[in-house]
Amino acid sequence: MAVTLEDYAGVIGHAVVDEIRALAQRVRGRRFKNINSTAVGGGVAELLTRIVPLLADLGIDATWDVIKGNQAFFEVTKAFHNALQGKPETITDAMLETYLETTETNLRSMNLDADVILIHDPQPAGLIQARGNDHRRWVWRCHVDISNPQRKVWDFLQPFVERYDGAIFSMPDFARQLSIPQYMVPPSIDPLSDKNRELDEEEIRCTLERFGIDPRRPILTQISRFDRFKDPLGVIAAYRMVRKRFDCQLVLAGGGATDDPEGEEVLQQVREEAAGDPDIHVLELPPFSDLAINALVRGSTIVFQKSIREGFGLTVSEALWKRKPVIGGAVGGIKLQVINGVTGYLVHSPEGAAYRALELLGNPELRRVMGENGYQHVKQNFLVTRHVEDAVLLLLALDHPDEDIVRLW
Amino acid sequence: MTGDSTFEFYTERRLIQLTGISARNLSELLAGLERVGGSSIFYHTHHQYLAHHFEKPLFYNDFALWISEALQLDVLAEQLAAIDLLSFSSIRALREEIIAKIRGYLAENPDNGRTAPPGDEFYFSRSKSFVLPTGNIAQDPADFFRRLPQVTNESLFYHFFEARLRLERNTNDFSRWLADRGETELAREIDSLDPYLRSLDELKADIIELGAKRGWR
Repeated sequence: MAVTLEDYAGVIGHAVVDEIRALAQRVRGRRFKNINSTAVGGGVAELLTRIVPLLADLGIDATWDVIKGNQAFFEVTKAFHNALQGKPETITDAMLETYLETTETNLRSMNLDADVILIHDPQPAGLIQARGNDHRRWVWRCHVDISNPQRKVWDFLQPFVERYDGAIFSMPDFARQLSIPQYMVPPSIDPLSDKNRELDEEEIRCTLERFGIDPRRPILTQISRFDRFKDPLGVIAAYRMVRKRFDCQLVLAGGGATDDPEGEEVLQQVREEAAGDPDIHVLELPPFSDLAINALVRGSTIVFQKSIREGFGLTVSEALWKRKPVIGGAVGGIKLQVINGVTGYLVHSPEGAAYRALELLGNPELRRVMGENGYQHVKQNFLVTRHVEDAVLLLLALDHPDEDIVRLW
Repeated sequence: MTGDSTFEFYTERRLIQLTGISARNLSELLAGLERVGGSSIFYHTHHQYLAHHFEKPLFYNDFALWISEALQLDVLAEQLAAIDLLSFSSIRALREEIIAKIRGYLAENPDNGRTAPPGDEFYFSRSKSFVLPTGNIAQDPADFFRRLPQVTNESLFYHFFEARLRLERNTNDFSRWLADRGETELAREIDSLDPYLRSLDELKADIIELGAKRGWR
C-alpha cells in the first residue's frame, strides 16, 4: 500500500501533518521532476525513494528520472565528486569532454517537461542547458561539500550552476557565494523504514547472535563504509584503550567495497588490525541489509561515527533516533547532529573517543538521558516529514522569489 | 486579522536561505553585517526563540553567541546581547545599532585580531517565512483567551516578532486587536511583556495569566 503522510502522525502528531497538507494545497498539481544519476544505492536514491511518494500523496505531481551514462562518464563524475570536496584529483580536458558528451546524449533522450526540475548533484547538472525562455524553474540540489573545491572542476561547473533559479545545500558550511538564491535543506531519515523502524527485543538478540555478538555485554558500534575518512583504525585504537578498563565488544559494520579498490584496502587493514581479538566483529554486509543494521544499532550500547572528514553523516541521526548516545568526529554534518554533551560527544582523537566511551559505559543514566535527547533532536530536525515540508516550501519559494514574508491567503 | 471584530491566529513555516557570506573575525563580521539584507539581521537575532533547546542558550542573539564562543570576546558579546530589541521598530535601526557596537569595540581595541578556529566560522543566513491562517478564530476577548492555550510557538512568533519588527506594526498583533476591542489596559500590559527575555512558552503563559486576572481562561 502506498505510503501517506498520515502514517507519520504517530511520530510527529496530527497537527503537523495537517499543517503540511495545508501548505501543499497551495502547490497542488505542480509537476515536480527530480533527476539524479542512480536509481539504487547511495543516499540520494534512498532519499528520493522516500520523498517522491510522500509528495505524490500531498497532491504534487512528483516524479523521478535517472540519467544514463557509461562507465567512463561515471569515472569522470566520481573524480568531479572528489575534486569538488577538495581531494587531490587530476581533471583533464578529455574528462570535461566526456561529461559534456554524456550530458548531450541525455538531453536528447530525456523528457524535461515539468514545472520545477530539481537536479541532484554534479552528474546531471549540465542538463540546465535545456533551460529555455519558458515557465520551467530549475534548482540544483548539491548533497556534497563544495566550500573548498579544486579550481578546474569548479570553473567548469559554476557557469552551469549559476544558470539555475536556485541551489540547495545541506548546511551553511557546504555552500559558497553564488549569484543565485541558496537554500538550506538538511537531509533526513525515515522513521518507518526498515533501517529505522522499531524492532522487538527478540529480533535484535537474534541478529546479534547471528553475527556472533554477545547481547549481554556492552557493544560499541560504528556503521560506515570502510573508508579512511571514517577512521575505522582510530575506532579500533579507541576500543583498545576502553577495553583495558571496561569489558566490551566492538562492531565495525559496513557495505561491501567491491567497486572501490581503496575500500578493499582499508577493509584488509581493518581485518589485520582486528585479527586475534574475538571481541572485534568486522562485518561486511551485503546490499539490502537495512534490518540487520537497524538491529545492530538498537543492540548497541554506544555508537561511534569517528570520521575525520564527513559529508552530512546521516548514520548519526539513525543512531540518535534509536536513543543511542553518539561519539562523533567534530566534522561536517556530525556537528549539527551531535550536540556536545547533550546528544553525545564530539571528539578529535582516538583518546577522546575512548575517554567519552568510558564515561558513558560507566553511567547508564547519562546514556539514557543523552539517548532521549538524541531522539528528540532528530524528531525536531532530521525526519523525512520535515524534508517533505521543505520541498513544499521550496516550490512556494519559487513562486515568490522576491518576498521575505510570503502571505498564503 | 485585526480591524475586524474577530481575531484569526496565523502561523508561519520557514525555509532557511544561505547568503554564502561568512566571517572568521570581527572585521569580516562587520563587512557581512553591512552587506546582508535585513532579513538576515532579523534571522540571527530571532531564530533561536523558535528553535528547540535542551537548555536555555547562552545568548539568543547569534552574533553575541558567536563572538562569545568562537572569538571569546565576552565583553562585546554581552554588549550585543544587551541590545534592547524591543526598543527598535525597524530592522534598519537594529542593524545600525549592532554595527555601531562592533565599530565602537574595534575602535577601543584596534589590535584585536582574534580569528575563529577553522570550522567555527559565522555563516550569514536568512529565512523566508510563509504565513498562513490557522482557521482558529476568536470571536471576542473571552474567546481569544479560551483559544490561546492551543496556539503554537510559530503562531506566537509571527504575531509578536514578525508583526512588530519585520512588518513594522509597532506593537504585537494581540495588543493591537485587544485595543481595538476597547481593552486598552490589557493591550498595554501585553505590549509591555518583553518577549525577548522569555521563551515563547513562558510568553504564552504570561499572556494567559493576564487574561485569567480578568476572569478569562
